[in-house]
Amino acid sequence: MDYAKQKLAEEKVFKDPVHRYIHVRDQVIWDLINAREFQRLRRIKQLGTSYLVFHGAEHSRFNHSLGVYEIVRRIMDDIFHSRPDWDESERLVVLCAALLHDLGHGPFSHSFEKVFDVDHENFTREILQGDTEVNRILQKVAPDFPKKVAEVIGKTYANKQVVSLISSQIDADRMDYLQRDAYYTGVSYGHFDMERILRVMRPVDDQVVIKSSGMHAVEDYIMSRYQMYWQVYFHPVARSAEVILRKILQRAKYLSGHGYKFEQPPTHFLAFFDRTFTLKEYLALDEGVLMTYFQLWMDERDPILSDLCDRFVNRRLFQYVDFDPGKDYRKLGELAQLFHKAGIDPEYYLIDDSTSDLPYDFYRPGEEEERLPIHLLMPNGDIKELSRLSQIVDGISGKRRTDYKLYFPAELLIDGKKKEIKQQILELLREGGV
Amino acid sequence: MLQEHAKIVDFISTAEGVTGRKKLQKMIYILKKIGVPFQEKYEFHIYGPYSEELTARIEELCDMGFIHEQKEDKSSYVQYRYTVTDEGLEFRNALGKPVLENAEHAAKLNGKSARFLELAATLLFFDELAPAEQIAKLHSVKGKLNFTQDEINEAYAFIEELRN
Repeated sequence: MDYAKQKLAEEKVFKDPVHRYIHVRDQVIWDLINAREFQRLRRIKQLGTSYLVFHGAEHSRFNHSLGVYEIVRRIMDDIFHSRPDWDESERLVVLCAALLHDLGHGPFSHSFEKVFDVDHENFTREILQGDTEVNRILQKVAPDFPKKVAEVIGKTYANKQVVSLISSQIDADRMDYLQRDAYYTGVSYGHFDMERILRVMRPVDDQVVIKSSGMHAVEDYIMSRYQMYWQVYFHPVARSAEVILRKILQRAKYLSGHGYKFEQPPTHFLAFFDRTFTLKEYLALDEGVLMTYFQLWMDERDPILSDLCDRFVNRRLFQYVDFDPGKDYRKLGELAQLFHKAGIDPEYYLIDDSTSDLPYDFYRPGEEEERLPIHLLMPNGDIKELSRLSQIVDGISGKRRTDYKLYFPAELLIDGKKKEIKQQILELLREGGV
Repeated sequence: MLQEHAKIVDFISTAEGVTGRKKLQKMIYILKKIGVPFQEKYEFHIYGPYSEELTARIEELCDMGFIHEQKEDKSSYVQYRYTVTDEGLEFRNALGKPVLENAEHAAKLNGKSARFLELAATLLFFDELAPAEQIAKLHSVKGKLNFTQDEINEAYAFIEELRN
């Protein structure tokens, strides 16, 4: 029988706290879930360092990927099925892309990618098209099927309706992570009526639109995106942990490049330090591996590496103050000099962080923007952009909101050593917005 | 610190202003692809490679007062023009060193239309593909723009010129 159409003898269900049940009938999907590259996602947290702020946020990219798959499955099987504008032959490629869209994420990927200048999207493509279990499963569907799945995830697939379902301003990816992250962090934002949104989604021409009767459910979704960003994703304490994590990786890379002899050699990182890594080496990393190194590096002779690891593992995070770079960028130079004088390396202990380090993809209605806006389908068949009809969305869409923080180890500034210089630092940090 | 911001200010200053958000996005992407050390992460969007990080950074620079954004109403659409302010120049001089080894690149990019830059950036996005496949992909994702073979050849020549 054609592998693409093969069904399981019995439907498999996964119990899920967000969607209640995740249903699997397709053999291909079941095989993909059991592939080693997909199982690896169990060992990568969805929210990176946020668990240090919201202790419940230990959920993985595995949970999220199953959730995105389930949302898309419901859209395919319950909403789009038999609709004239929908091409049924795309069903399997959409389901596979939904399931595998985060496959290339690495451990603490935001920091890891910054320090080692890699991109998880490239790894996703490599896993799909390289020598992997996932690739062998997709190949069984058709020789060009892995490439098609990669194109959907990379947003370069010819059928734009298919891309929209996985990646647009109202897509299955966001609908799952907003609800899932709200559930696991325990916050009360992030909730919206997804069932309602799914019921009013319609494939029209080369996009997916929302029937205008569902506008208020979409308003809730947009508000939840806004609140989750400021309350969870861009939480200043989670950013502090992220800053320390980045500095650990940066320090280890620096030491390795300067002939430092590690007590615990960074075997798993060597190929990333000298940029000779292969997919196999990337897939060998997960958050368990990184945390093990951080634990062991707490005993390294290098005081900076050891201290930063201790801070991360034992949650002794940096303090922060707001600052206004427009006025205070010169003070950063002064502060860096004073840190040097105080014997604290500013490269690792005085770090600025801003909204562009983790950009919020707030809803953009158009006007020379690069993203297709959310379109409402009016009863007379007209299509209208959401913010033209919704005052709530108009109120928050495309509005600038920036935030700058300066992170530093507060306790080192009040330890009684080099008191005079540290006093000057504290005064600079306190004064005039810094 | 703020080095990535300083690079953007330096580029806009060297280009003597940039008109159009799309154009600015593609210019930075093309430069990044030919080895200029911009750190912004790009993904493929409606008009080709697009960076949310760059959008956020530009907004921050406007907010800091280092870049001036002027909204120009062109009746059927809105266009944005970016120029560096005096404070922005001071910031660039204090923090940054020139990001472009060849300052002429800025003028060359600025002299091209948004359509042309979209074409060049899209070709570069698919530069791991064989040339025939690259062009087929271009037509598949940009079918509505009907790029001609002459335009494609010109884009290849332009990329080569920037690389040399």
